[in-house]
Amino acid sequence: MDAGSSRIAVRVGPDDFDVGAEIAALQAGDPAVGAVASFVGYCRDEGGRLAALELEYYPGMAEAEIGRVAREAAGRWPLLAITVIHRAGRIRPGERIVLVAVSSSHRAAAFSACDYVMDFLKTRAPFWKKEHLAAGDEGGWVDAKPEDEARAGRWKGKTD
Amino acid sequence: MSREPVLIRYFAWVRERVGLAEERLALPETVVTAGDLVGWLAERGDAYAYAFEAGDTIRVAVDQLHIEQDEPIGRPREIALFPPMTGG
Repeated sequence: MDAGSSRIAVRVGPDDFDVGAEIAALQAGDPAVGAVASFVGYCRDEGGRLAALELEYYPGMAEAEIGRVAREAAGRWPLLAITVIHRAGRIRPGERIVLVAVSSSHRAAAFSACDYVMDFLKTRAPFWKKEHLAAGDEGGWVDAKPEDEARAGRWKGKTD
Repeated sequence: MSREPVLIRYFAWVRERVGLAEERLALPETVVTAGDLVGWLAERGDAYAYAFEAGDTIRVAVDQLHIEQDEPIGRPREIALFPPMTGG
């Protein structure tokens, strides 16, 4: 599939985003769109333990790596557009961290591509989370989860 | 003979343990792969030994592209070393 025909937008930075506006923008003016699938990731409070997350990233590479993942998805499914927004800096429980939104003519491609982009964003995009605890202490760095690698591994050889 | 100095960047707990966000280092010719680089850095002192004590878990990006530790680093402008990623 020609990844070049899909519109890909990637933003990384401290600013929050408007989910409704981003989804509307994916559809706007394109009568070929039949489906938009989206994922929004939030900061949890971990049962009251967490005061905030500090998100560090590698400027330049983070945007580039997310772009590469999005282009892979666009080469794999017939997508019209992909928007990925990832926040950085200090984020409190209840605040948004990440948005992946994908438009396509049909829902199956949109669902699968959204899932795929999120799986590889987690394992390949250079971001790291540090915990700040409600008790006032600086917590540790969050460890990578083996199940995230396993989820990304599911796509190997899979066609949809 | 040494190569031209390369910008080495550190992120997350690798940065904290080394105590630097970046530095420019002339890598010896014996450093061929990303794994060689991790091993060489670990020998640079206590802070580096701590940062790279679990060296095989460290991720390496050459000119902002991931490489495996058994792959050659070539002659890049920039090399980054960091822990497994936890975004999303």
